Amino acid sequence: MDRIPILKLGGALIVTIQVDMHDRLALALEEDLTAMIARTSARGVLIEISALEIVDSFIGRMLVSIAAVSRVLDAETVVAGMRPAVAITLVELGLELTGIKTALNVERGMALIQARLSEEDDGHESDRDRHEN
Amino acid sequence: MKTDGAEVLSKTVTQDEAAILDAWNAALREGTSLQSGRIREAELQTQVKAVFGQIRDALASGGLDADAAGFASLRETLADISRSRAIQGFTPTDTANFVFSLKEPIFDALKRMLDGDATALAAGVWAAGKVLDRLGLQTMEVFLASREEVIGRQGQEIAELSTPVVRLWDGILALPLIGTLDSARTGVVMENLLQAIVDEEAEIAIIDITGVPTVDTLVAQHLLKTVAAARLMGADCIVSGIRPQIAQTMVHLGVELNVVSKATLADAFAVALKRTGRKVVRQQAPAEERR
Repeated sequence: MDRIPILKLGGALIVTIQVDMHDRLALALEEDLTAMIARTSARGVLIEISALEIVDSFIGRMLVSIAAVSRVLDAETVVAGMRPAVAITLVELGLELTGIKTALNVERGMALIQARLSEEDDGHESDRDRHEN
Repeated sequence: MKTDGAEVLSKTVTQDEAAILDAWNAALREGTSLQSGRIREAELQTQVKAVFGQIRDALASGGLDADAAGFASLRETLADISRSRAIQGFTPTDTANFVFSLKEPIFDALKRMLDGDATALAAGVWAAGKVLDRLGLQTMEVFLASREEVIGRQGQEIAELSTPVVRLWDGILALPLIGTLDSARTGVVMENLLQAIVDEEAEIAIIDITGVPTVDTLVAQHLLKTVAAARLMGADCIVSGIRPQIAQTMVHLGVELNVVSKATLADAFAVALKRTGRKVVRQQAPAEERR
């Protein structure tokens, strides 16, 4: 598999990583995801990694940079379903993924994104919007 | 005429087997291992017979080198005996004496065999001493290794016992830490906590450090690692139970815990309930209600 599929669900994009990530795949994902966010003007990105068993510092950094790029495009990234072993590895590598929201599973991850979407629909301005005005 | 100690020894052991065995049994009976009640006399005699038979065969196969292939089965038997003694709680002296008490009977037998032939006697005694000392040392080595193994296992059991993860409510876990946190224990704690978060689908984990005697920079770092790993799994952490003195020490040391912290487990639990949209309410006493 040389591309990871990206699904659109309402205002959110869903990516489930079900193969071992290698570096090229990670770079392709970042590129596709960025293009997709811009095209669909999605407000949330859910990355589901419960099948991901092996991470290295590159994959960790890629998650951080996807989150940073998404934030620039006004979408919030939620990483869901991380395995305990993966979490321990990332912490030992010193990658604490600051700035990324995390959730135990897809359901809770979607709830986080929905909460943000409905908050904005209610007319509450998010912090960033206020700064821009 | 050159006297071969090994040959003399082997011959003596083969010919005078019954007498040596009796003397050895007698010596062991006098020793403390039987009196301690940890082993039965019949069992001891079985071991004696097995070991003696293998010593005889090993010596007959030639050589005095206790590390040689001829001694392999003997070494194994001795290792088994020594291992079981380490687990049964024998003293090192008892274990070593099992082999060393064979010396006197063999020396006596040599004396009887080679009455008057001083050169041969000296050679035989030297050969017997060499073999038995080596075997005794090997016995001790296995004994110590088994003890280390027992100690290591106990340490691991303590580490596992002292890191329970408790479910306080749906989606709220507590991790009461007791004892000093080192890197090995942090690893166990982290694994247990993360697995529990997955199993219980927890949203909030309360790490209670009432039982942690000291918090220095290293312990704080371990705590922060645990908190960070839990966050990656999508669970929030609250640290509770920091005693006043510890809080002072931490501030003086410049240790910063950038996590939500509460003084007591009860406070932390209240916060956790609030965050999950629940609260504890006092009900009116049933007696008053009925009136």
